[in-house]
Amino acid sequence: MRLRDIPITAWIGIFGIALALFCALFAPFIAPYGETEVVGAVWQEADAQFFFGLDNLGRDILSRLIYGTRTTLTVALCATVISFSLGIILSFIAAVSGGLIDAIFSRFNDLMMSIPTLIFALVVLAVLPQHLIVLILVMAILDSTRVYRLGRAVALDVAVMEFVEAAKLRGEGTAWIIFREILPNTLSPLLAEFGLRFAFAILFLSTLSFLGLGIQPPAADWGGMVKDNKDGIIFGVAAALVPGSAIAALAICVNLVVDWLLKRTSSLKGGRGDA
Amino acid sequence: MPDTSSSLLSIRNLKIEATSYPPGEPPKRITIVDGVSLDLQKGKVLGLIGESGAGKSTIGLSALAYGRGGAEITGGEVNLNGTNILALGKDGIRKLRGAKVCYVAQSAAAAFNPAHKLGDQVIEASVKHGLMSKDEARKRALYLFKVLGLPNPETFGDRYPHQVSGGQLQRAMTAMALCSNPELIVFDEPTTALDVTTQIDVLAAIKHAIEETHTAALYITHDLAVVAQISDDIMVLRHGKMVEYGSVKHIIETPSEDYTRALVNVRQEMRHEAPDQSKALLKVDNVSAQYSNGFKVLHNVSLHLCKGQTLAIVGESGSGKSTLARVITGLLPPSEGQITFEGKPLTPTLKKRSRDELRRIQLIYQMADTAMNPRQTVRDIIGRPLTFYYGLRGAAKTARVKELLDQIEMSNGFIDRYPAELSGGQKQRVAIARALAAKPELILCDEPTSALDPLVAEGILKLLMKLQEEQQLSYVFITHDIAIVRAIADSVAVMHRGKLVRFGAKSQALSPPFDDYTDLLLKSVPEMEIGWLEKVLTTRRMESAGN
Repeated sequence: MRLRDIPITAWIGIFGIALALFCALFAPFIAPYGETEVVGAVWQEADAQFFFGLDNLGRDILSRLIYGTRTTLTVALCATVISFSLGIILSFIAAVSGGLIDAIFSRFNDLMMSIPTLIFALVVLAVLPQHLIVLILVMAILDSTRVYRLGRAVALDVAVMEFVEAAKLRGEGTAWIIFREILPNTLSPLLAEFGLRFAFAILFLSTLSFLGLGIQPPAADWGGMVKDNKDGIIFGVAAALVPGSAIAALAICVNLVVDWLLKRTSSLKGGRGDA
Repeated sequence: MPDTSSSLLSIRNLKIEATSYPPGEPPKRITIVDGVSLDLQKGKVLGLIGESGAGKSTIGLSALAYGRGGAEITGGEVNLNGTNILALGKDGIRKLRGAKVCYVAQSAAAAFNPAHKLGDQVIEASVKHGLMSKDEARKRALYLFKVLGLPNPETFGDRYPHQVSGGQLQRAMTAMALCSNPELIVFDEPTTALDVTTQIDVLAAIKHAIEETHTAALYITHDLAVVAQISDDIMVLRHGKMVEYGSVKHIIETPSEDYTRALVNVRQEMRHEAPDQSKALLKVDNVSAQYSNGFKVLHNVSLHLCKGQTLAIVGESGSGKSTLARVITGLLPPSEGQITFEGKPLTPTLKKRSRDELRRIQLIYQMADTAMNPRQTVRDIIGRPLTFYYGLRGAAKTARVKELLDQIEMSNGFIDRYPAELSGGQKQRVAIARALAAKPELILCDEPTSALDPLVAEGILKLLMKLQEEQQLSYVFITHDIAIVRAIADSVAVMHRGKLVRFGAKSQALSPPFDDYTDLLLKSVPEMEIGWLEKVLTTRRMESAGN
């Protein structure tokens, strides 16, 4: 693959993600002020000194946005990756094994899905200790139910194909069949779902933070910043829109990259035309 | 060449092109049909014959001024009754299609709308075009159902497509085409998807209906023996160009081109029957099998195969021949009976078989397309059994893969290609190499050539025979094609509805006295002889009602 084959939209996406990563890694060096430092008046207007203005406590929004990248990106990315790994592995095992295992996994999945996600998360997070890892795992497990449904549906299609039967006849184990025979042929829909789920994870984290169960103040995260500054909108202060736009921009960037990967995997030589 | 002055359809210098978009390269113009001319008189049938990709369907559709899937008609004329239909506007073409020219597709099952009754679909075009009233169209449909020998013609139109068999559906489609009294019908491989015993009924029905209604027809097929029964003239096509054009008699008896001769002479005997058939490698003893819902698919089948020989299993779809292969591989464990391999009983279920047991029996599928992972290269496909059974890696594996490519007569350049970059015949060769890589003693071939063009299929059969000579391989060859059985088998098993009706050495199994089913099967195989259809029909009871 050559660099100039990458379309411009993908470059925009890559640039956006790289910028977010850069902010997350070097936050203390590039942020003009501290994360929790009060530097001026409440909801002070943007000027040359404070690029996005100040928030409801007089903290610099730009600095908090940069620090917030760390938590938002880590939590959303980790949660999505874990939920995908979990969902794909369980759903593929169910699709390949069939019978009792499939029935148990699928009914348990239905059980999980029958409880509204947000309420489930609220109850679990209220009971468990407040910790970033707990938060990530709860988000991942709740999200993996959706991945499971999709994964099982696409894997069932592929699992009945003759090349999978040929692998079984050769005596291959379940791991080979899942990772070498089925996974490469189901990547396209799964990647598309990944882009979507990542955006949802950011939004879900924002919702949790908004309700006070996600990232705890005074640590900054984008969803929490929207919550903190939402009252400003009534007074015509745009502070809440800045982190909101950042969430939108990151979600769009991730999807631009995913779209490009999707096109690549489905137009790969030897791809199934319909995938 | 036929007289051109009074022709119904006359195609002049037809040129059809399409644009292809190969990945990573600029788009390319490809010529699908190049400078083809033909003439068809009223009430006559012209057969278009060729391999897949020869452009025969594309020419057929051009008679409806239609280009499928991006194909554009870029040159030439298609004259119907003296009017060039390519010059007609949208409205003109609409008045033509379904009224003056009709189309019969290969897969009637896919062409009918499953949500509507057959009768309504058959008369739809005629009524829409305002050619007749609903009642008149119904009467015409009833008449056509009778002509086509459909069972219960009065109530046939009230059925839905899934309620009738494949052969009946194909005839219903012919009725649909004939309903509007068209001047020309394009038949696109109407019998290719059918069993031989059904095919003969459909052929007879189509022929009778054409004679009865005096319609002209273009009959597209890849089977020369079929087209010889139904056509007046034949045009042989290859790579979008005309190879030979003449009367049926001329093409069958005195073909002048090499390619035509190859088509006529395809599938001569390649292997003489082995004299000694006593030492069994594989022995199937009184085996029955059923699905988990209790439906019995095999009834007490007993047969055997000797080392280095070929056992052909013949039968139509649903006869249980593929099921037998699944039972031998262990995918479907037998409910009764035992299978012995080299004197030892074979473990019934796949999961309990040892790796060595699995290695010794390999399977080749009918559709090489779906039998190979589209995301793996030829190197991975052939190399995996080498790693899996023999632990070969790196250079040793590559060397062995190359050796195997050599054995299947493909060059080393194919090693990094994906299946999508191979032709049908090459894919099947790679599938054979994958089976060979395991160094098996028995290869189960499940219709490995039935999806291929005749000349390509012949190449695959020759390859299989060569490998058998070299490596003392034994084959169980599942097919519905009696000609292949004659060409390659040592022993023959005939199956019908899950039962073994005949088993023995080839010479004995394929010579009289026959049981009823084998007799029917053998007589239904089209032969390259003019007038064969009439001859068979007069000697055979018309049992079309059942199909």
